[in-house]
Amino acid sequence: MKLDSIKDFFVTQYGIITSNRFGKFGASIILFFGIVALLAPWIAPHELWESLRDSNGKLAMLRPPSLEFPLGTTAMGRDILSQMIFATRTTFLIGLVSGLISIVIGANIGLFSAFYGGKTDEILMRFTDIVYGMPFLPFLIVLISLFGRNIWFVIIAICCIVWRTSARVVRSQALAIRQRQFIMAARARGCSNLRIIYGHIMPNILPLLLLYTSFNIAWSVLAEAGASFLGFSDPDNLTWGGILYNLWISGKIRTAWWWFAWPSICIILLVSSLVFISRAYEEVANPRLKQR
Amino acid sequence: MILEIENLKTYYKIEKGVVKANDGISLSIKENEVVGLAGESGCGKSTLIRTLIRLVPQSAQVTADKMNFMDQDILAMPEKDFREKILWQGIALVPQSAMNALNPVYRVGDQCTEAISAHTDYDKAECEQIVKRLFDAVGLQAGMMKAYPHEFSGGMRQRAMIAMSLLLSPALVIMDEPTTGLDVLVQERILRNIKEIRQKSESAVSILLITHDISVIAEMSDRIGIMYAGRLMESAESRELFNEPYHPYTLGLKNAFPSIKALDRELISIPGSPPNLIEDIPGCLFAFRCPFVIPECEKTRPPDLEIKPGHMVHCIRTDHVEEFRKLAGDKKTWQSSRSAT
Amino acid sequence: MAILEVSDLKQYFYLQPTFLGKLVGGAKPRIIKAVDGVSFTMQHGEILGVAGESGCGKSTACLAIAKLREPTGGDILYKERNIAEMSKSETRNYRREVQLIFQDPYESLNPRYTVFDSVAEPLRALTDKSKAEIRERTNETIALAGLTPEEYKNRYPHQMSGGERQRVGIAQALVLEPKLVIADEPLSMLDVSIRAGILDLIRDLSKRMNFSCIYVSHDLSILSNISERLMIMYLGRIMELGVTRDVVTDPHHPYARALIAAVPIPDPAYKRPIPKIKGEVAQPIDPPPGCRFQTRCLQVMDICRDTEPPLKEVKPGHAVACHLY
Repeated sequence: MKLDSIKDFFVTQYGIITSNRFGKFGASIILFFGIVALLAPWIAPHELWESLRDSNGKLAMLRPPSLEFPLGTTAMGRDILSQMIFATRTTFLIGLVSGLISIVIGANIGLFSAFYGGKTDEILMRFTDIVYGMPFLPFLIVLISLFGRNIWFVIIAICCIVWRTSARVVRSQALAIRQRQFIMAARARGCSNLRIIYGHIMPNILPLLLLYTSFNIAWSVLAEAGASFLGFSDPDNLTWGGILYNLWISGKIRTAWWWFAWPSICIILLVSSLVFISRAYEEVANPRLKQR
Repeated sequence: MILEIENLKTYYKIEKGVVKANDGISLSIKENEVVGLAGESGCGKSTLIRTLIRLVPQSAQVTADKMNFMDQDILAMPEKDFREKILWQGIALVPQSAMNALNPVYRVGDQCTEAISAHTDYDKAECEQIVKRLFDAVGLQAGMMKAYPHEFSGGMRQRAMIAMSLLLSPALVIMDEPTTGLDVLVQERILRNIKEIRQKSESAVSILLITHDISVIAEMSDRIGIMYAGRLMESAESRELFNEPYHPYTLGLKNAFPSIKALDRELISIPGSPPNLIEDIPGCLFAFRCPFVIPECEKTRPPDLEIKPGHMVHCIRTDHVEEFRKLAGDKKTWQSSRSAT
Repeated sequence: MAILEVSDLKQYFYLQPTFLGKLVGGAKPRIIKAVDGVSFTMQHGEILGVAGESGCGKSTACLAIAKLREPTGGDILYKERNIAEMSKSETRNYRREVQLIFQDPYESLNPRYTVFDSVAEPLRALTDKSKAEIRERTNETIALAGLTPEEYKNRYPHQMSGGERQRVGIAQALVLEPKLVIADEPLSMLDVSIRAGILDLIRDLSKRMNFSCIYVSHDLSILSNISERLMIMYLGRIMELGVTRDVVTDPHHPYARALIAAVPIPDPAYKRPIPKIKGEVAQPIDPPPGCRFQTRCLQVMDICRDTEPPLKEVKPGHAVACHLY
């Protein structure tokens, strides 16, 4: 793939995503969060863990949204808006990194499984089946109890689980592509196995890959939110789920509606947006396969 | 006269415009006659078939000055009447890729008997007799009645489809590419069968044979029509069409077909491809690929000239035909047409 | 020196019996003898036609010759070197010299590749040429196949007609300047009025670029026009092999006679003879001993049922595998 085709690639993807309403909506939400994440340190009005005092000098505990604190404050007097902004960055990052790593793992397993078939296929698919049987949380709990609460373990745990569906789906589409005559033609033209896998099969399942990348990021965000809410996250790197966890352990969940409203809404928005983008890809990935 | 069509037009409305799939087709089929329609992809054959058996989508616009089957107007006829009285009993179809027309989970014999009993009052035994007789006529053993479609080879399935089309003794059978994709010996058998059936049939059956294979059409047809881009370019009695062709497209087709009896003949192809039927082409549809085109050809649609009794040509330059016939045998002529550059 | 020497090529496929079959009757694995002892030689620059109906093994034999499938038995010698013994680098070289043109112009091109990418692919995969060299050679070959490079190089398969796609397929096969091209029914999916053009292209290029061609088809009319020698196969064996004109005008083998009699002629006045043959085309599964054609031959003798007839010359350059001779 040449360099100018990479630019074309992004242009095409932009075109696909914005081709329908869902995609447009999803893309704008993600863009918004992305910008917030990028500019976090500069746009957050306060520090992440700063306990604030109001104009009277009292600790600004559990204040509902006001002009001074647009999203309200926590039980420790921290500005939720600032927390949300910093947490956006972390949540975004975890989602992106986990999603991308898991699609790379899943796609490769699927491609190799489909291409080589036979023993390789059996081994890889049995392995995938085993991973399917593994529940996410207990696995994360084990990791954390063994190695401590660290953002990287969260990412690793998510990656270890989320790749499995991509592997299955990529494999089945790759199998279909592999039967087609242009693959045999590629062999006859002297292409090596790797060249066929990455140069010929993969480009033809690209819409599917992008669809599942979007899905994987969505699942990663959800997984992370769930894990954080239960307390299995890195206390130093705050995420939206982490904010909810703090709310939970403070015991104020019934009273401080503003504390759980914003993280929850944002999680829903982000995940939905990612799914909407997947929806835009689905229209491309599915029946447009045969074009005469 | 079994089938009489005059100026049949079938237009499909799509987003980008109107596709003039059939744009003024006139043909007639007599009793016990085989009419062959030759044409390549995009010529409108499938649309013609669908129009005749009423399978065009609702959005399609079908008009004709005349469309009579055995003196009944089948264009104006309500759909219900057409389905109950004409389809299968009057006009039957042997579709392309016969496999897909058979239900894979039922025995072939059962599908046949069911078809008959749905349309007539015959009891089961009588139906079976008819099926057996027809299987015999197409060269299938009676035992195959109890078999499932997947147990039939390609040639056998095609023969079963031909048998099914004859179950209700129709007056007209439309055969859509009946031997395409079949091996030559299987094809030969089927064509021979069709000839035999015609000869010994109690009730005479006419056949509308549609294929791109000129050799098959030459062998089977009494009269031949050459279709291109939704119109008939030329039609005549078989021998006359081959011995005295008039239309440049016919001349081109003749040279494009290899023959094992003419090993040294040079093959000449017609450069270019058929026009997009959405476009509005005011003049002759073949003008772009025609080596004998003059400006006049592109201004108005040529008329359907009856150059001799029973011989129709859709061209305005028929007066130069002697010259054209000579030139058409030379490769350079075709390479000078505009579509070649 | 012959460019290709195939001796006793065999390709068998083993059908495992069903579980029930094994349980009930001790069923043995069944053998499909798709190619069963095919031997012939090819000279430089000649066009050899291979005719036969479906199931005769012609496409299977081609895959073995193209080294896309390992044969069950027999030897294929390319320029006197056995291809089964080739090392990895020799195989790469083999791929440069032996190429394929596929039947289905719609399926044999990668839908995501432009014409340029498709035609350049063999160069990128098998040679170390520079970008500029690749660009030059690719454009050259696209033009050679009858398409103007400026107009076509950035097009995708779905933007082209069948004839244009097939030309791209031909360009792909020829960009490496091969010495042997195996064309597997390249015309059967194209419109009849453009077939002649593609056929001429193959013939012209074969002479200009001096490559040999194995042209596989079930259409004897086309084969009689393009091939210099003709080979007729049935159920995995060669029935007749000779100069095309001889085989077509004076066929000896009963199968060849029947096949040629069955070909329709574009002439309404022609009265075609009835092929002297009986039965349906058989499957090459567990064939009986002796001549493969015995179940359909009207002149079958006792010897045909137990001894396989060898491919013997009945005239110089014209060989038949039949006990009648």
